[in-house]
Amino acid sequence: MENAPLQRKTGLTGLVFEPVKRRFFLRMAGVSVITSTVLLSACNKDDDMAPVADGAVDLGKDDTGILNYAYALEQLEAAFYTQVVKTPYASIPAAELQLLTDIRDHEIAHREFLKAALAGAAIPALEVDFSAINFTDRASVLGAAKTFEDLGVSAYNGAGKFIVNKDYLLLAGKIVSVEARHAAAIRDLLSPKTADFAPDALIDSNGLEKVNDFNTVLTAAQPYIKTVISGMNLPTK
Amino acid sequence: MNLFDIFGKLEKVDPELGERVSFNRRKMFGQLTSLAAAAVPVATATLLKKSYAGPKDAITDVLNYALTLEYLENKFYATALASTVIPAADKAVFTQIGKHEQQHVAFLKGALAANAAAEPTFDFTAKGTFKDVFTNYQTFLALSQAFEDTGVRAYKGQAGALMGDDALLTYALQIHAVEARHASVVRRLRGQKGWITNNDGGGTPAAIYAGEDNVSQGGVDITTLELMAGTKISKNAATEAFDEPLSMEQVLPVAKLFIV
Repeated sequence: MENAPLQRKTGLTGLVFEPVKRRFFLRMAGVSVITSTVLLSACNKDDDMAPVADGAVDLGKDDTGILNYAYALEQLEAAFYTQVVKTPYASIPAAELQLLTDIRDHEIAHREFLKAALAGAAIPALEVDFSAINFTDRASVLGAAKTFEDLGVSAYNGAGKFIVNKDYLLLAGKIVSVEARHAAAIRDLLSPKTADFAPDALIDSNGLEKVNDFNTVLTAAQPYIKTVISGMNLPTK
Repeated sequence: MNLFDIFGKLEKVDPELGERVSFNRRKMFGQLTSLAAAAVPVATATLLKKSYAGPKDAITDVLNYALTLEYLENKFYATALASTVIPAADKAVFTQIGKHEQQHVAFLKGALAANAAAEPTFDFTAKGTFKDVFTNYQTFLALSQAFEDTGVRAYKGQAGALMGDDALLTYALQIHAVEARHASVVRRLRGQKGWITNNDGGGTPAAIYAGEDNVSQGGVDITTLELMAGTKISKNAATEAFDEPLSMEQVLPVAKLFIV
């Protein structure tokens, strides 16, 4: 298996992608050990992808599609906080600017990590549309931040069960709890010392946080992204 | 299978565990350095795995492990809310956190049904180390942060073990995110950032933050990536941006400090 051909060998992709491809093929083949390169190459074809609308960016399928889904959301968040820090609202307290700068750095770290991991399979840079956000107004900025963070958490949690590669599931887990930390901190800025950091509207009576499926998340995110995104090849169960 | 069986196995493999834990108990706050890393040898992990028959047992163990951590948190907040340690201004936050922990206990007990582990007896002073936990708000906050960050890391460490069961995996992820929200808001009440910088636990037991200073993700060193043209992502940001998991073998000795 160590010599199995890689679909993409450039950059970091080889390292990151070989395991998922292999596991996917093994699953498809229904066996635990396989050494046939013929089968591996056959499975590497992308000819079973559904066509997407003209001009739309297709996230792709399988774990690659899910990583691109995460990459799209992280692009959105990183672009948002970059703008927030570049043009902070009037008389922003130093501690608040620091908090938002921290979050910007985390989101850029997520974005750049996913881009590196996806390498040749990464979707292009997305064009964002923040025309609905007033960057000079604290309530508008923090309100948008809250929306993006809550959405991000629900997206990762909804995607978890579709992830095939255990390493990717762990990586998603490492990111999602940081998004939840962001969400609570932003909510704490908006309504300090209340139950709003984890409100009943988001946490059900079993103490479980809201989960959203691919379609719900993409529909909610699309108004902030000029580039049309298609998740039609993302996994289903 | 319950948690005490797990403890029993740990002690059988590592008879000095109890001793080491007791010794550490006598140490002051913040000096429990590398407890989890040092106390449990790799062999223990292997033996634990061998002693369980099948995947169903393994899932029951994971759920009972989660339940025990939730029992601990639930009892901790219930006790604090019944005392006067929490200032009135911060009660709303801890009432909400306490409610969630209670819901998690009920939910996991429901899922485990007859297989649910019994609630242990807790000693939140850890045999006197944290004597003022329910009279000194700062001590209470520090332990709260410690429990919440441990919870986040512990659930994360079990995600892979639940991959075979979509519903359970999703439930675990849903609880995991709620614990992370708790951790963030408690850290802020302590005057800390909502996220973990390097392996700095802000005076809480260091074992809880072991490995949080990792900057390598999926073979990528995050500090080599660009923040913007000409600037790399800082080590602080690289460690804050990714929460690290803890294994059961790392968490249990910490939990055991608080179990009679």
